[in-house]
Amino acid sequence: MTLAGLSDLLVGPFVEFGFMRRALAGCLALSLSAPPLGVFLMLRRMSLMSEAMSHAILPGAAAGFLVAGLSLPAMTLGGLIAGLAVALAAGFVTRSTVLKEDASLAAFYLISLAGGVFLVSLRGSQIDLLHILFGTVLALDDDALMLLGGIASLTLAALAVLYRPLVIECVDPLFLRSVGRVGGPVHSAFLALVVINLVGGFQALGTLLAVGLMLLPAIAARFWAADLSGLIPVSMLISMLASVSGLLVSYHAGIRLPTGPAIVLAAGALYLVSMLIGPRGGLLHRLVRRRHLEA
Amino acid sequence: MSAIRFRGLTLGYDRHPAVHHLDGMVASGDLLALVGPNGAGKSTLLKGIVGEVGALDGAVETGTKAIAYLPQAAEIDRSFPVSVLDLAAMGLWRPFGAWASLKRHRPRLLDALAAVGLSGFEDRPIGTLSGGQFQRALFARLILQDARLILLDEPFTGIDERTTGDLLALIRGWHGEGRTVVAALHDLHQVRAHFPSTLVLARRPIAWGPTAEVLTPPVLARALALSEAWDEAAAICRHETGDEAASAAAHDHHGHRHDGGHDDGHDHAHAHSHSHGHAGHGAAP
Repeated sequence: MTLAGLSDLLVGPFVEFGFMRRALAGCLALSLSAPPLGVFLMLRRMSLMSEAMSHAILPGAAAGFLVAGLSLPAMTLGGLIAGLAVALAAGFVTRSTVLKEDASLAAFYLISLAGGVFLVSLRGSQIDLLHILFGTVLALDDDALMLLGGIASLTLAALAVLYRPLVIECVDPLFLRSVGRVGGPVHSAFLALVVINLVGGFQALGTLLAVGLMLLPAIAARFWAADLSGLIPVSMLISMLASVSGLLVSYHAGIRLPTGPAIVLAAGALYLVSMLIGPRGGLLHRLVRRRHLEA
Repeated sequence: MSAIRFRGLTLGYDRHPAVHHLDGMVASGDLLALVGPNGAGKSTLLKGIVGEVGALDGAVETGTKAIAYLPQAAEIDRSFPVSVLDLAAMGLWRPFGAWASLKRHRPRLLDALAAVGLSGFEDRPIGTLSGGQFQRALFARLILQDARLILLDEPFTGIDERTTGDLLALIRGWHGEGRTVVAALHDLHQVRAHFPSTLVLARRPIAWGPTAEVLTPPVLARALALSEAWDEAAAICRHETGDEAASAAAHDHHGHRHDGGHDDGHDHAHAHSHSHGHAGHGAAP
């Protein structure tokens, strides 16, 4: 293949079509903010919690949709309110009763999800539901791009501010409780960031797949980097790579391949490759027994 | 001056007391061993002092909020990728908080690691340390916390002799600096050798005073007689609290022997009002 052909294949779609450029910009913004959160979720063994949170957002988005139709501000606001309510309620129950975080979160997200499905079926048709679930990455308007950019900026700034207490909270929550009172607020702020990013991701990828860009790059990064200073940038890179390749594959595919799932499938493929060949505990490196050291 | 004051303190879980009506005070600068069988309430008492377990009755007061606490089963996630230096640096949370740079204080962190014999370990992930090395790292964090009140919950369980010796030397150093140290321990030889005062606990306080006077066979036999099981049908405790407990707490335990108890009563010169009102002390053992 010639260089020009390669450029047509890889760059052409973005040069030619505005909607592809918008989709790229939105996904890259999300790639900066969601994967670092995924890294913390993974290290805290809370990976599945983001899946639960993505479900918790649904009723709010559906309520927004019922009130205002396919309106970005209404659905975003609704999703934020529902997600934050579930996160805070679950946090409150965890701190105040015998339930552990996973159980209290499961209880609230199931209530929220059932409520969401109920609301959607009150009015919307099947197509509306699919729209909410799978997103509209190829139809990002200015407002949606501003939202994604704003969320990325807010997330990175907040992570910088919260970084030290958040790491201590992850490693030794009891210690943080014994030296101060920031543990609870820091954990809540972290959950709020997760919710905000899922709401942002649901614009681009839909609720069901918003989790994909948060978690898959983070999990894949585990096979390439050992500490946080490596995990976070690697997860961002993998997410960007998945975004670009997902967009290109869905563009070039002959059949109508939905873009959101294509991006997540690309992230999934990167995970599988990392799992196989990653130098930090990947499958192949486990199979090859290297000679041990002197001391 | 007291570092910790207990006023009729009862701590427990689900209304069942794990520490029952504890009165008295730990003098500032004391090096106190907390001794008792498993289930005696030693860990619960330490948790009560830091505020991890709320009081069912009475109160505990500490002169300072800056308490360094080493729990028995630390909730520490040792698979989390942070270095030994990072773990020790957490000890600087109070003065430095979330944002202040620690770059210029690296020598101080390295000194603390050197003091616990972990020089050269600073960049190792905490997950790669052995049990003893990890305990040393936690002691480095305690050093950096620089607290006036230090609580240690079975700090030497599963730790070899050499490490125990090193860490005991650190504790003696803290004692020499006038810090108050309370440690829950099981090794009575260790307590006799290194701890000037001892509180024998078996849910209720059995004896409290200078170690040599307190660690006697009859006292230990009484502590061992503790029934660990909860009595599900236990009556509600009618022990008098309030003014009486407060006046009891005003009494300084330090330096006196109090090996009385609920059942056998005592007419010690410094009679402890704890023996009042026990007629109604229900089914509790």
